[in-house]
Amino acid sequence: MEKQQEQPMKMLKKRNVLGPVATDFTAANTGNWRIERPEVDYSRCSKCRTCERYCPTNVIEIRPDDQECVYINFDYCKGCGICTNVCPRQCIQLIPEVR
Amino acid sequence: MAYVMLDGNMAAAEAIKLARVKVISAYPITPQSSVPEMLADFVNEGKMDAQYVRVESEHSALSVATTAAMAGSRAATATASNGLALMHEVLGMTAGNRVPIVMPVVNRGIAAPWTLWCEHGDSMCERDMGWLQFYSQNVQEILDLILMAYRVCEDARVLLPAMVCLDGFFLSHSMQKVDVPDQTLVDEFIGEFKNKNTYLDPNDPMFLCDLTGNEEYTEMRYQQKVALDAVPKVVEEVFAEFNKKFGRSYKIVEGYQTEDADAVLVALGSMCGTAKYVVNKMRKEGKKVGLVKVTMFRPFPLSHIKKAIGNAPVVGVFDRSTGLGSLGGPVWNEVAAAMRRSNCEIYPYIGGIGGRDVTVENLEGIFNELLDLKDGKKAENTTWFDLKGNPMEIRQVYQNV
Amino acid sequence: MYDIKHEAKGLVTHGNSACAGCGLELIMRKTMEVVGPDTIIVIPPGCAAMFSGFGKEGGLKIAGCQMNLENTAACASGIRAALNAQGNTHTTVLGFAGDGGTLDIGLQSLSGMFERGDRVMYVCYDNEAYMNTGVQGSSATPASASTTTTPGGKTSQKKDLMMIAMAHRIPYAATASLQNLNDLKKKLEKAKNANGPSLVHVHTPCPTGWRFNPALSIELARAAVRTGAWILYEYENGKITINNKLTELAEIDTYIGKQGRFKHLNAEQKTELGKQIKDNYFTYTSMLERMSIH
Repeated sequence: MEKQQEQPMKMLKKRNVLGPVATDFTAANTGNWRIERPEVDYSRCSKCRTCERYCPTNVIEIRPDDQECVYINFDYCKGCGICTNVCPRQCIQLIPEVR
Repeated sequence: MAYVMLDGNMAAAEAIKLARVKVISAYPITPQSSVPEMLADFVNEGKMDAQYVRVESEHSALSVATTAAMAGSRAATATASNGLALMHEVLGMTAGNRVPIVMPVVNRGIAAPWTLWCEHGDSMCERDMGWLQFYSQNVQEILDLILMAYRVCEDARVLLPAMVCLDGFFLSHSMQKVDVPDQTLVDEFIGEFKNKNTYLDPNDPMFLCDLTGNEEYTEMRYQQKVALDAVPKVVEEVFAEFNKKFGRSYKIVEGYQTEDADAVLVALGSMCGTAKYVVNKMRKEGKKVGLVKVTMFRPFPLSHIKKAIGNAPVVGVFDRSTGLGSLGGPVWNEVAAAMRRSNCEIYPYIGGIGGRDVTVENLEGIFNELLDLKDGKKAENTTWFDLKGNPMEIRQVYQNV
Repeated sequence: MYDIKHEAKGLVTHGNSACAGCGLELIMRKTMEVVGPDTIIVIPPGCAAMFSGFGKEGGLKIAGCQMNLENTAACASGIRAALNAQGNTHTTVLGFAGDGGTLDIGLQSLSGMFERGDRVMYVCYDNEAYMNTGVQGSSATPASASTTTTPGGKTSQKKDLMMIAMAHRIPYAATASLQNLNDLKKKLEKAKNANGPSLVHVHTPCPTGWRFNPALSIELARAAVRTGAWILYEYENGKITINNKLTELAEIDTYIGKQGRFKHLNAEQKTELGKQIKDNYFTYTSMLERMSIH
């Protein structure tokens, strides 16, 4: 599991506010949910970006110059498998998660 | 400054205009309807520079006003009766999000039975929603209390909404001579609207009113309590400043001939005018009676009430709503709790509902009964004092089965 | 402004507690891509409230509020009125609600907003039941679908939101689907730029409520369109355009056969439902064609 990115906010002054309000932009570690993970057969990938566009968590990135051209941020990937289903070349499959 | 003849609704509309409200949401209901009508005229005639949102219900009326204020514009709506009941859920949103709206409520009973007429049952149902509540005795008070409520609500120590209540028809449709203050003075008094807490602004984004967990909910409710606790002091400051600027004096609770009284009556709204007349009349007859007029009911002004009642041995509390299922009306409940360590007896009176007039005779009867109770000439009071005939036999129907 | 605790590629957090394979999550992302940061969003309680946040933790980088279930449109109107009063014409005001908050309890305030012509963009993510409370039937639940309050299958038809919207003659209304993201984004863009109220009604596969393998969300969105169960069309300044004119429909089983909510139907009932859906597709689209001749 990759470490979650944590970036400190630029040092603006904070003030008290009253009542219910969300003031932080955060991400839950939804990668923990996963019982299966997508595995890419990079050799068959056409870099068409379909998986990137359809990923509900927006954690897939196509890096055309890399050999491992489909980058998945496993901090958040829930293992839903939509990428495996939409891939026109069917080069992604779900395999059991091991931690 | 000019004296003009206005009815209560006109005074409410005039106050909203003077406060330079920028977003009006409007839905008609008897007896409030002329408020949105007049505001529509003001906007139409260019006397008011405001967005007029003609909504499809009171629920939406308060929703529009609440989010408009969240988004940075002074907003207003007005309602009555079932309309206020429909707003119930949104009232919590306004108060819980600390949105300082001032809303005239034209008091009318909630159906059933259907009534078009005056009763405080509508606003009393909403007394614990975190709104301030002011009750007006006359038309001048409506105008003044609305103006002052803006100052109180928008004060950084408060940031809560307020209802300014006016008795349906008795005030809403009663023409009285009113001193309408100059716009410039009102501008100086109220000032520009500015969100001092949270807001909706794309340049400074935050997400308002998301789900709150049990580790913070109590604390947020406590924040509201703290704000309500701060209200009496802020109100006194604002009343004093208003008096200085406009020359009219107000009290959170007014004791009228109470200092040496054998019996006092606690009341609110338009009946206080009649009650003062009755007090004067009975005093001339040598009967030591007094009136405690409650202008601000929420937050409940504990020390003001205790001070006004003083050492009166018997106290009657006149509720213009029924408090069904409770030991007495809502005002009686609060006064009884406030005076629980005092030696006085506190008697509930319920009447003047559904538009029934509160007459000189009614009030004289109550005062005389209170004096009899004090002297031991009577053991029990007549809580429902203005019942007519046998209430259980007012309607008959032919039985066809 | 938000304290950015975790980085994200867009305006929506990556780690959101929407169920795996949630159609709504993808719709929210695509909507945010289109509307951008100069937006104020109103979200009622419901599945989308997961993006409102919990406590101090929010899931969106834009300004917004979570008001009551029935007043999304009215709250959006209030914000628009305030922006108008301030002379702000650039900020998008977005109502983002589910089928329950739109077609059931929120219909009155939606109608009010449409009728007044307030410039509010309204997105209804339609997962065809009250999913956030545990899959109770709504007026958007399709006939025969089983929910926790229609356990034997819903006996009445799905309410037609588009016809209601069109009856208000708003400048722009469209149905959309996750099957074609370009089409979805194009429609969101038109809704954003409409000179008045706009509606995008998006079919939203829900693995939890419809009971299917989360990997199939997009496949089912596609199947709904191909079987004629979800009809894609636009209403633009009075003109209707059918986006997926089909002469032949896919087998109904490719859609309903993969969902647990239709599992209680026997083969005969499934065929009957398929026939109903097919008949509806052709009568509905021919009605739309007649309506688009002005």
